[in-house]
Amino acid sequence: MRRSMSTLVSVLVIACGGNAGNNARAVIQNKGSDTLITVAQAWAEAYSTVDGQVAVAVSGGGSGTGISAMINGTVDIANSSRKMTEREIEAARANGNDPVEHLVGHDALAVYVHAENPVGQLTLQQLAGIYGASGPLERWSQLDVTIPGCDSDEIVRVSRQNNSGTFAYFREAVLENEDFKLGSHDMHGSKDVVHLVAQTPCAIGYSGMAYAIPEVRMPCVMGSPGDACVTPSIESALDGSYPISRPLLMYTSGDPAGQVKAYLDWVLGETGQCIMLELGYTPAIPTQCVE
Amino acid sequence: MNQALDRSRDFDHRGRAWYLDRAVTVFVFIGGTSAILFIGGIFVFIAREGLGFVFSEFDAGEFFGSIAWRPTSVLDATYGALALIVGTASITGLAMVVSIPFSLAAAIFIGEFARGRVRELLKVLVELLAAIPSVVWGFIGFSIMNSLIIDIFEVPIGLNVLNAGVILGLMAAPIMTTIAEDALKAVPDGYREAAEALGATRWQVIRKVVIPAAKNGLVAAVLLGVGRGFGETMVVLMASGHSINIPDSVFDSVRALTATIAAELGETAVGSDHFRALFTLGILLFLVTFAINLTADTIMRGIRRKGQRANP
Repeated sequence: MRRSMSTLVSVLVIACGGNAGNNARAVIQNKGSDTLITVAQAWAEAYSTVDGQVAVAVSGGGSGTGISAMINGTVDIANSSRKMTEREIEAARANGNDPVEHLVGHDALAVYVHAENPVGQLTLQQLAGIYGASGPLERWSQLDVTIPGCDSDEIVRVSRQNNSGTFAYFREAVLENEDFKLGSHDMHGSKDVVHLVAQTPCAIGYSGMAYAIPEVRMPCVMGSPGDACVTPSIESALDGSYPISRPLLMYTSGDPAGQVKAYLDWVLGETGQCIMLELGYTPAIPTQCVE
Repeated sequence: MNQALDRSRDFDHRGRAWYLDRAVTVFVFIGGTSAILFIGGIFVFIAREGLGFVFSEFDAGEFFGSIAWRPTSVLDATYGALALIVGTASITGLAMVVSIPFSLAAAIFIGEFARGRVRELLKVLVELLAAIPSVVWGFIGFSIMNSLIIDIFEVPIGLNVLNAGVILGLMAAPIMTTIAEDALKAVPDGYREAAEALGATRWQVIRKVVIPAAKNGLVAAVLLGVGRGFGETMVVLMASGHSINIPDSVFDSVRALTATIAAELGETAVGSDHFRALFTLGILLFLVTFAINLTADTIMRGIRRKGQRANP
């Protein structure tokens, strides 16, 4: 039994073909990353109007789930917010699947704080000091921050469960593969992180930029102390100036062919990329979208 | 002659009724024994996955003595389950502090005081409380109780032992109430009548006669409530904070065994150390709940036998 508003609802989107009765419809199985699920669902839904003969069945569960499914050969397309490791690729090859990577977009990993939290900017070193096992930062006063409604001064760390792609990316990019400090609140879903931070004045969390809600703030992040402080946005993720932005990937087994290829081409085309942009993610390539 | 032949043919005749009878017999037999089959199957399955870990990488000192549960670490994966065990125990403990007084008082009121409509209404309401899905309780904990606890107690975060314990207590209370009420009902009326004949007041009857006579049943009710708390997953995952921590107070966040399995198993590669370590947690949970239920059952059986002796 698994939880979380976003992942438990592993939604099956079945496109409704116009003349479904005549030919058997092909079903593309698409599974994985929690970060990508909203956009994957939107793609699947929109694609039904492009090709009524193809249904794309989307489910979430996290990058690990998608990659496991790719290794076991139970999906056509696996979504992931991290690259597959060498070991995973070997495991997939051992099962006769040859994972091929497709970059479909970028996601800026935003740092979230409560709306009342006045902190203006954070460096990666400070984030490592907050989250890392050897990090010395435990109180907001150590960062010269006073938050109304947070009298205890304690930094409440909101993190992700230890096999999420977001968790792994943050550990690699911010903590330089050091372990997390124990005692973080490990939420099971990108959305839950933002919701908990919104309710908790003392909290800090990290999650995809697309999950921002008005009750939270996203301070700008500096790569190293001298650098410019960059706010997470579509532009800063695309031009690479935002220091913690990661690629969003889709894996197929072998080079895509037939309907899977047609679908991926459409995803990477203007329509697919504009859907991504509309939902707050950064496209893989600069895209001009007409409103 | 003819008649005798007919009768012998009838005797041998395997008609519809005979087959139906056999089919139902087999069906009932399978139904009756399937519980044994399932429990055996589940145990074999968990043991097969978990024992491999127990006999190879397992380090009892680390598992029971360290709080560092870092199964996916890049540097050094560690499997310390101490914080998870303490987390489960602390939530269950608080849940019992909340639910035992409530449910025993409710059982005494429903069983001994309430009459007629009130009694029926209360019983229905208690059953209704038991029917609320745990994810709904968890959601209340995550989105309502969190802010409430932060505001009222001025603590940094409201997802903690208090939150999960109170909700779990409310969830365990209906089950405990129902079983405790059955235990009170099992006390023969002759006891009450005898005590009343001796001039005891209603309160004295309950305190000195009914409760001591139903003692075993009440203990069993509490134990089953503990078992329920121990095994509950959704609520502890959502309301406890899911944070590896040894709590100093009820305002600290913790993480439970069940919640850890629920959160991590789905995304873990089948057969990996992490996967098998999670099954080891499963074995631990299974053994503890099995022991609790067995104890409760033994106690209940004791009462039934005693009840039969008193009421031949």
